[in-house]
Amino acid sequence: MLRIHYADYEALRAHGEETYPNECCGVLLGKNIAGEDDGVTVNHVQQIVRAGNTRTDSAHNRYQIAPQELVKIQRQARGLGLDIVGFYHSHPDHPAQWSKTDFAEAHWLGCSYLITSVEQGKAVLTNSFLLSGSGEDDKNFEDQAIQIDIAANVAEAAAPNQKGQA
Amino acid sequence: MNIHIPTPLRAYTGGLETVSVAGTTVSSVFQQLTVQYPELKPHLFTPEGKLRSFVNVYLNDDDIRYLPNKEETPAADTDELTIIPSIAGGTSCRL
Ligand SMILES: [Zn+2]
Repeated sequence: MLRIHYADYEALRAHGEETYPNECCGVLLGKNIAGEDDGVTVNHVQQIVRAGNTRTDSAHNRYQIAPQELVKIQRQARGLGLDIVGFYHSHPDHPAQWSKTDFAEAHWLGCSYLITSVEQGKAVLTNSFLLSGSGEDDKNFEDQAIQIDIAANVAEAAAPNQKGQA
Repeated sequence: MNIHIPTPLRAYTGGLETVSVAGTTVSSVFQQLTVQYPELKPHLFTPEGKLRSFVNVYLNDDDIRYLPNKEETPAADTDELTIIPSIAGGTSCRL
């Protein structure tokens, strides 16, 4: 399971809208909690970090995070006592499903890969896929449930301004 | 010197993010790393002993592939090595 705060979830979806018609990408920092209940591994996101897409040659259908930037992000995570637990990117005008390229270029076993479909500039679906397996030969993308945490104080603060359901 | 291990490979370093290994060059540090943690080896190197293409290795802030002496670059105890697998993908089917 992937656990993420509502604000982070909204922020990574908004990132995909901002970069449309190009792909956005970023890193999920948090903690991996192995088999807490029912043996399901939980990647608990505590912070998201936006990254630049270095594939400026084909940014509408490719993404890549510069390794140099990843080194910095991993250092930042270490400073916060967090780990890299996943990554996110967007699919402009494509479904929120992993592609052959996504799978071939996925190497962070045990990490979550979030994909948001952005249709005509609007974020639609966000799906999470856990890269499972023990190595390149038996790796696999598994559908992963997403639990979105809504902080109680945020909900209360927002309540007085609500003018009915949109 | 300290070597920083990415999340997926910590399964082979007893969960450690940072491991300390002795060596005078990047390659001797790697040699020692895979002696200390033998299970790491197939994840870092091909059967022919070449660094896997998707594994990036940084000596401080430099990609070792672009250093003039590559793996033979001298390494001091105060240097840091970071192992970082690549992150990429896309909706296109071209590889
Ligand atoms: Zn993709």
